[in-house]
Parts: sequence; C-alpha cells; structure tokens
Amino acid sequence: MDKPRAVVHVSPRKKTFFARLMEQWPLQVIALMGAAWLIIFSYVPLPGIYIAFSNYKVTEGVFAGAFVGLKHFSEFLTDKNLPNVLINTLAISGLNLSIGFVVPIIFALLLNELKNLRYKRMVQTISYLPHFLSWVVLGGFLISWTSEYGLINQILFQLKLIKTPTYLLSDENYFWGVALFSHLWKETGWNAILFIAAIAGVNPELYESATLDGANRFQKARYITVPGIAPTIAILFILQSAYILSSNFDQIYVLRNTLNANRSTVLDIYTYRIGIQLGRFSYSTAVGLTKSVVSLILLLITNKVSERATGSTFLR
Amino acid sequence: MRKKRIRLNNETPFDIINVVFMLLLMLLILYPLWYVLIISFNEGRDAARGGIYFWPRMFSTANYLAVFKNGKILQGFFISGSRAIIGTFAAVSFTGMVGYALGHSHLMGRRFYMTLGIITMFFSGGLIPYYMLIRNLGLRNTFWVYIIPAMFNFYNMLIMMTFFRSLPKEMSESAQIDGAGYIGIFFRIVLPLSMPIIATMALFNGVYHWNDYFVAVLYIDSEKLLPIQTILFKIVAESSAANMLTQINLPDVVAQRQITSESVKMATMVITTAPIVMVYPFLQKYFVKGIMIGSIKG
Repeated sequence: MDKPRAVVHVSPRKKTFFARLMEQWPLQVIALMGAAWLIIFSYVPLPGIYIAFSNYKVTEGVFAGAFVGLKHFSEFLTDKNLPNVLINTLAISGLNLSIGFVVPIIFALLLNELKNLRYKRMVQTISYLPHFLSWVVLGGFLISWTSEYGLINQILFQLKLIKTPTYLLSDENYFWGVALFSHLWKETGWNAILFIAAIAGVNPELYESATLDGANRFQKARYITVPGIAPTIAILFILQSAYILSSNFDQIYVLRNTLNANRSTVLDIYTYRIGIQLGRFSYSTAVGLTKSVVSLILLLITNKVSERATGSTFLR
Repeated sequence: MRKKRIRLNNETPFDIINVVFMLLLMLLILYPLWYVLIISFNEGRDAARGGIYFWPRMFSTANYLAVFKNGKILQGFFISGSRAIIGTFAAVSFTGMVGYALGHSHLMGRRFYMTLGIITMFFSGGLIPYYMLIRNLGLRNTFWVYIIPAMFNFYNMLIMMTFFRSLPKEMSESAQIDGAGYIGIFFRIVLPLSMPIIATMALFNGVYHWNDYFVAVLYIDSEKLLPIQTILFKIVAESSAANMLTQINLPDVVAQRQITSESVKMATMVITTAPIVMVYPFLQKYFVKGIMIGSIKG
C-alpha cells in the first residue's frame, strides 16, 4: 500500500496550491534568492539610464538632473570623433570576424587530418594555452615582444627584413595588425573547440562510403566535413556578427597608448573614457545606450537570418 | 625501426607538411612564452642587452627573489588567491543551486523566474548606473565587490540547468521515495553526477577571478585590496609609457631604470600565469564537454 502514496507524492499537480508550495519550499527559497540577486544587480540599475536623457551631476541624485530629451544622443551623432571611433570599431571587429573567424576553422580542419592521436591531442592542448593568459599579462608580453629591442624586432633585424627597429605599439599604423595577431595567437585554439566538436559529430559512414567511391582526403574534407560543420559555422558567424560594435575591452585597453590612440579608440573605450575618466556621465550613458539598442536590433536581425538559413535559433 | 619506416612510407606529402606545420604552430605559441621565461631567469641588466634566444645567458633567480621580497606584490597574490577560491566557490555553488531549483519543471513560477533572467541578457543599465549601485550598496573598497556581483550568471545558470535536466530522473525519484528532500537529493545524487559541468564552471570562474583586473580599477582605491592583475596592469602601463619615452628619445636614465626592472616584471608575470597553466591540462576533457553543452543550449 506504500507505493501508490509515493507516486502521488511525486506528481504534485493534484495537490492544492498551498500544499504544492509547502512541498517545494526549499526550491522556492533558492529560486527567490536567485531572483533577488537578479533584481538587485540587473534591474535596480536599469532606471539609471534616465541620466542619458538628463543633465546628471555626481553630487545630485540620479533623478535630480533636468530632463533634456535626446540632447546627448544628437550630440553623439554629430560628435566629430564618431567617424574615427566607428571606423576603428568596425575595422577591428571586422578583422576578427573575417580572418579571426576563418583561421580557427582551418586549424580545426588541419587538426582533423592528423593521424597520430597523441600528437593531435598534444597540439590541441598547447593551442588552448594562450587562452588562459590574462590580457594584462599578454599585454605586458606584447609590449616587451614588440618593443624596440624586443623579440619581434630582434628577429626581423636578424633576418635583415628591417633596417631600424620600431616599437610597434607606438606607431598607429600597426595597431590593427597587432590587435588581430594577438587575438589570433590567444584564441585560435580555443575558438576551434566548437568546430573540432562539430567535425567529430559528422557521420563516419559518409566517409566510409566516400572512400569506397574513391574520394581522396581533400575531396572528403571539401564535400563531407565542410558541409557537415556548415550549420555550426553559420550560427557562430551570425551570432558573432551581432556583436560587431563591441570590442574586446581588455585587449584594447591594455594595448592602447597616446601614440596609437588614433587607431585604437573603439566605441567601448570611448564610452569608458568620456564617462569614467572625463566625468561626462550622461553623455557616456547615452553613447552606451545607443550601442546597446543597435546591438539588440542586430541580434534580432541575425537571429531571424539564422532561423531562415539553418532552421535553428539561439533565442528561444 | 622497420615498422617506423613502413609507416613513414604510408604518409603522403600532405601528412608530413601538416605535421611540420603543426610543429611550427606549437613553436609559435610556446617560443614567446619560453622567451619570457628565460628573460625572467636572466640577470636584469644583462637581459637588457638583448641577444638571448634559447637559454639564460647569466642565470639568476634574483628577479624572483625581488618579487617575493616585494610586500605589495605578495599581498596582491594573496588577494587574487582568496578571490579565486572564495569567488569560484560562491559562484559555482550559488549559480548551481539556482540552476538545480529552476531545473524542476513543476517549480511554481518557473516561467516568471526564467523570463526575469532572460531579460537581463539583453538589457543593462550601463556602466554608470551600475557603478552607482555598487557605491550605494557599500561594496566599494571592500573585498566583497569581487565576490557578490560575480556570484550569479544567468547564462552559466542555463548551462548548469541544462546539464542537471539531462541527468536520468529515475535516481532522484527513487531517492525521493526513500524520503530524501530536495536538498539531500542535490548533494547526494545530482552533485556527484555533475562533476564535468562543475569542473568546467569552476575553471571558467576561477580563470575569470584570477585574471580580472578591471573590477579593482573601477571600485578599489585601497592598495591593500588590489589583486595581482591590477598591480601588474599598473606596472605594464608604466613600462608602456617608458617604451614610448625611449621612442621619442628622452634621456637614457629613464629608459635604463625601466629596463632593469623588465626582468622583474617578467618574473611577476610568470608567477601570475603559472597556476593556471599548470591546472588547465588536467581539466581539459571537462571544459571541452562543458563548452559543447553551452553551445547546444546557448
């Protein structure tokens, strides 16, 4: 007679509201703690975007500033720094989205062709290593490697590729290149993980029948592996392109200096500088809000595109 | 020997090129780090002369001794270590518990809780209102500014919840019949089965806490509370400035003083990076799995 009662116990739908609540009170306590955290740290700051529409002063309260409507927004759109900042943002994001996106795919494909499994695993393990370095440490290394007497200049000099050494980060023309290469160095192995996993998920029978049909390895890679991981490629590309206005703040913040500021000031850095460092809180919040809105629209668009193209979405 | 030769003959030219290419790639990753390591083990002024490529020219542990004698840096390591341990524990346990609670389909108000979280993935008040929140909560210039705001992450919660939901329900149900409560089931059944996701989340959170420098830049004025990364960031920013000074030909004295400390800087960075580099290969099989779980549902 014990068993039926236990079954009733695990299907609480038949009980009254209060009895159900009592039965699951430990879960409710935990869920409420999570909700409380979200409300404090994610919802309480939300009304603060009011300062984007007012003249906020630090000495006064958030809602004390006079309402000025879209003044800060129109000021931002006519900001003489805006074209340059946008070009920098789009250029660095664009490089990451094109070259920075393709290189991990090529790496994953080449890794897949390695026959010795232990060697393959070793390459993979080492390829992750730079991901775990902080940008502060890597920035320090980069400043050292790119300095006048640093590793890169020494090697280029020994190979007689350059006549006089230059500190790469002091020349604004090299900045995008340094940003791209340091990103590649740090994240190629890490970003390849999803592609490697996708390759592992391709049906092995396809390779077997292709072998029977006399396909060589390049043909197999071209006609089986690449189409097999195409959905992964598509969804990651679409997802990342929604964040084209965002930059890797830590990377740029560590590598930038006054000599390369012309090419290193991206939107995120600009918002931070005018906000925290120059104290123009209202203006900075307006810039940040504009960016968020544009990003959200891009995300909704790319989600639609992804739905059409691959049948899968990342927003539920 | 013979076996090896036969295998070699089976390799196509492409295989050989690929193996060599991967070798070069590993060299490209490892050599710069090796270079940093040998500079850090070389006598400072000698290293500044350049020309060190494979092995320290004047081996010296003085740089490391200098780091360990520096009270400020030691304090930074202490803060970073405490932060990584407490912060990771707080984040993984809190986020995991909430994920466990929200993983129950019959949780009352589940839809409300989920919606509450999903909205936060797309809207935020921005830096300035958040800064004011931290200030109003009295978290500025306290150790807890590292821990509490990083205790919960909705995206990580989703990943953990997905994992918990994928576990076979029969075990939890039979434990429930045996009279175990939700909390008991979580600790005795769910948790032991969830080590892959726990390890992944611990690694991600641990790396975040150990590597982050920016929270302290924003919210900490007191030198005693600075983590090692923030201290390093200041040193790096200074040396970046010094590099620029040499570029525009300022007196050598400035450059000279900076260059001697270059090796000490490298030693600090080596020590900062060492814990993570030693841990991650062992957690590798977990985080690869963890990333995949995240990508399926995320």
